[in-house]
Order: sequence, then C-alpha cells, then structure tokens
Amino acid sequence: MILLFIISILIILISNIMMFLTIIMSKKSFMDREKNSPFECGFDPKSSARIPFSLHFFLITVIFLIFDVEIALIFPMIYSFKLVNFFSMMKISFFFLLMLLLGLYHEWNQNMLNWTN
Amino acid sequence: MMINDCFLYIIGVLVMIIGVMVGVAFLTLLERQALGYIQIRKGPNKVGYMGILQPFADVIKLFTKEQTFPNYSNYMVYYFSPVISFIITLMSWLLIPYYFNMISFNLGILFFLCCTSMGVFTVMIAGWSSNSNYALLGGLRAVAQTISYEVSLALIMLSSVIMIMNFNMINFFFYQEYIWFFFLMMPLSLCWLSSSLAETNRTPFDFAEGESELVSGFNVEYSSGGFTLIFLSEYASILFMSMLFILLYVGGYSLSLIFYLKLSFISFMFIWIRGTLPRYRYDKLMYLSWKSYLPISLNYLLFFLGLIIFFN
Repeated sequence: MILLFIISILIILISNIMMFLTIIMSKKSFMDREKNSPFECGFDPKSSARIPFSLHFFLITVIFLIFDVEIALIFPMIYSFKLVNFFSMMKISFFFLLMLLLGLYHEWNQNMLNWTN
Repeated sequence: MMINDCFLYIIGVLVMIIGVMVGVAFLTLLERQALGYIQIRKGPNKVGYMGILQPFADVIKLFTKEQTFPNYSNYMVYYFSPVISFIITLMSWLLIPYYFNMISFNLGILFFLCCTSMGVFTVMIAGWSSNSNYALLGGLRAVAQTISYEVSLALIMLSSVIMIMNFNMINFFFYQEYIWFFFLMMPLSLCWLSSSLAETNRTPFDFAEGESELVSGFNVEYSSGGFTLIFLSEYASILFMSMLFILLYVGGYSLSLIFYLKLSFISFMFIWIRGTLPRYRYDKLMYLSWKSYLPISLNYLLFFLGLIIFFN
C-alpha cells in the first residue's frame, strides 16, 4: 500500500512536470480575441457550447449504472466460492446471473436500448 | 533492507515508465510506416536512420508549440484533464506482471477496472471544459461509447476470471500452459478484442475524434502539452490493452521474449485495423455493445460458471 502510494506520487510528479515543461519550452505567443475563440468553421462560434444534449446519452448512462452495480455485486462472488458452501453459492450465483440476463432482455423488449425512435 | 527494497522498486517502476514512453514513441512510428505502406506510399524514413528518430523529433516539436487559452473555457479543468488521463494510464501500467521488483496485485483485475472507468471522465471533462461544440460532441460520444463497452468488457473478463477463480494477473499464465484461453473461449476472446478497440477509441469506433465529422473530436482545442499527454495516454492504453489481451487469452509469460513479440503483433493489429476498416455508424455501435456483446457475455458467463461447477 505504501509502495503504491509512493509510486502514485512519482507518477503524478512526472506527468505534472511534463505539462509544466511545455509551458516553459513553448514559444512566445500573442493573445487575440479571434484566435482564442473556440474553433469552428467561421470566426465566431454559431451557438454556445454549453448546450443541453440529447437524452439518449443520459439514458445509456442510467442503464450503464445498473449494470455496473451488478458487476460490482458479481465480483465478490469469485472469492466467496472458496468461503461458503459451494452448492448454495452456486444456486445464488445462477439465480443472480439469470436475473441479470432477464433484466437485459426485458429492457430490450421495452425498447430501452433503441438509439433512434 | 526495507529502504533498499523500496529503492529497487522505484527504479523498476521508473524503467517501466520509460519503457512505456519509448514503446509509445515507436508505436507511433510503426503506425505511420504501416499506414504509409497500406496506402502504397512510404512513411517517414528520413530522420535519423530509416526514420528511427522521427517520434523524438515529433515530441520536441510538440513541446515547443504554443499553449492555447480558449475563451470561456474552464481553464484549470481544461489544463489538468490530460495530466490526469496520463496519470491514470501510467497507473494502470503498474499491472504488468513483473516477477520481481514490482507490486504483485492480488486484486489486479479490480485495479484495472478502476483505472479504465476513471479514464472515461478525463475524456468527458476534456471535451466539456474546452467550450467548443466539436469538443463537447466528441466528449459525449466518447462517454456513451466507452461506458457501454466497459460493461461488456468487465463481463467478458469475468468469465475468464471465473475459469481461474482468482484476481491475480500472474495466475492467468499458470492456467494456460496447455491450452490458451483464446481457443477455449473462442468467440469471447474476439469480442474482447473488438471491445478493447472501442474502449481505446480506435478506428472502427473512433467516434470521439471522428476526423471527417468532428474535426478532431474532444481534443480540438488542445495544443502542445495537453495534446501530447492525451496522445501519449491513448497510445499507452493501446499498448496496455494489447498486453492485457496477451495476458488473458494468449498465455503470457512476461519474462519470455515471445510475450513481447505477441504484444507488438496485437498492437500492430490495432494499426492494421485502422488502415483497413471504415468508421462504424453510431447507433450500430450502441447496438453492437448492448444487443450482441452484452447478452453473449452474460450467457457465456452462465456457461462458464456451470462448467466450473461441473468440473468441481
């Protein structure tokens, strides 16, 4: 744990130094209103970039959240196979995976996974 | 004794980091040369001897370019998100199974999943904070894509973890001495390969930086240092993903030379795919992950669980 801590500090230092180095090494630059405006086809951006985005991305994220929680529940199963009664663990894990699979099929059936309406 | 061990360990990690950086440099050279020969032209072959020094010249050029300050961007976030993505990729490289002088992660697979799921946020924040429409669109696409492929990636990985009943990366080698998992779980390993393509935003699935539609996707606004770090972390994660493929499916014994030959072949395959396949369509990409890879990986997970129970 301590070793990992030391190494993560080392890595953070290295990458920050690399970023800092570019600021020192980079050529002199001039600031201009047009130059610093965000890149788009014309000179001025047509619309603000902070726009509300499509709901699909949000829905996909919600579905992902469900599955990620389920993955987080599956992972401890691997170690608990060694700790508890094998047969009961088998029953629990089969039931759980079956629920996950049926849940996925249910979402599919309810057209939650469709990207376009 | 303790201090000596610690010192040796730090040296080992430093050597690993330098190795990763040099590997990334030559991977870019390989990419440019291979893409050149795929398109029947020569790649860079003048700098140094046969273009060997080209990547280093590129790095020096990139580092001396000017740093941009986009208007109305959230500058601190904009500045630090490439740094954080580089940190995360280097942290995930700690997982390479050295047999000495390194940490041996007992829960290596969990560490890998933590690192990859953190990597999503840096792309999203890099896209959002630079206050450009192209960058925002690229960031959104990258988030939805990486998130949905991460689920199937984790589930595919779980079925090979169930085979060995352990989270340690080193153990994969001991279980693959007689038959590679690549043949044992044939469709799943190919699913893993294409999921890792999508996870690293590589070409058939490079919607985060679709050059023809969004100019450069989530990193339009980045110049010198930020761009270099994003680039480095992307290519380091390509190398890492190919290392993981070797480790999980093709019997990787990381002290042998053949391990590194296989690694470079798989990372060449990433480039080969870039030179060959056109870009996918976005809704098809989503269907591919949610409607084929996810059900397949769940069903195979059930199957391998049954297999393990059968053989116990």
